[in-house]
Amino acid sequence: MRTRALRAAFPYTVPVLTGYLFLGMAYGILMHSAGYSVWLTALCSCVIYAGSMQYAAVPLLDAFDPVGVFLLTLMINARHLFYGVSLLEPYGAAGKKEPYLIFALTDETYSVNVSAQPPAEVDRGWFMFWVSLLDQFYWVAASVLGALLGGVLTINTQGIDFVMTALFVTIFTSQWLDNPDHRPALIGLGGAALCRVVFGTQFIIPAMVLIAAVLVGMRKTLETPPAAAAKGEEQQ
Amino acid sequence: MSVTLLQQLALIGLMALGTALTRFAPFVLFPKNRPVPSIVRYLGSVLPYAMMGLLVVYCLKDSNPTTAPFALPELLAVAATAALYAWRKNLFLSIGGGTALYMCLIQWVFV
Repeated sequence: MRTRALRAAFPYTVPVLTGYLFLGMAYGILMHSAGYSVWLTALCSCVIYAGSMQYAAVPLLDAFDPVGVFLLTLMINARHLFYGVSLLEPYGAAGKKEPYLIFALTDETYSVNVSAQPPAEVDRGWFMFWVSLLDQFYWVAASVLGALLGGVLTINTQGIDFVMTALFVTIFTSQWLDNPDHRPALIGLGGAALCRVVFGTQFIIPAMVLIAAVLVGMRKTLETPPAAAAKGEEQQ
Repeated sequence: MSVTLLQQLALIGLMALGTALTRFAPFVLFPKNRPVPSIVRYLGSVLPYAMMGLLVVYCLKDSNPTTAPFALPELLAVAATAALYAWRKNLFLSIGGGTALYMCLIQWVFV
């Protein structure tokens, strides 16, 4: 049952393998260029295991600000709350594997586990477990590889931190192309930009509050698909 | 470095704890037999889009459009990243291409 689930799961993780190989190696190189050991890089990838958080953590490890670090961790990872909500039933049915499935719930693992339809003869719990474990293995291996590679690279790595920006811009673009309703994306972008102008570089907390308030306030409007909303306007 | 290894380990522990909290919270708050409030379902459907917009702004928070080079390296590289993704829908191409362009721009063009 386990090996069959593993064989069914592996093909679904290949896109994640390529993505994590690239992002994980870039993270390892980034950690190395910031002066951290390969052990610290491996530790972060094992116990934190959250791509955007680990990127954001690179400058944070250079000053001891536990309260700020903890709050920022909650903010950056707040989206996990909403991944969990859509996986309550399948993860809840996975028995003893549930805690690991929850621990290893990254953006990419979420996207596979929420959408993949394994063949009927494959146990869904084991399928999701292998997807999660393979993905974390790729991430840890790639970040260690990057950290080791960073030691032998002779190119100038100044600006490599843009890889984080490029990651988020790419996800933003892919969401933009996939979802015809651009209003939630624009509320996030606009709310954050506005708060950056008003509050300066410490804008994350006010921006989170503003964005959540606007989304809740506009719930009735936003629950109407944009096509239906546009039709309604035409009729008026 | 003024931060000791022990302090770094403590920070990593806090980040691991905070990350795990955000992952476990929904499973603790909404056990299998309890229905998820509709407001939570609604936020779950719209927040991922809004959060990605916030994270893009977060990454660009330190670039300054009012003084030279007027955040041009960031703007050009962001535009290239988005255009490359829209063109080929390939994660490597957009992230690799955008980052490579940014590194070239700040190392050679806008030095």
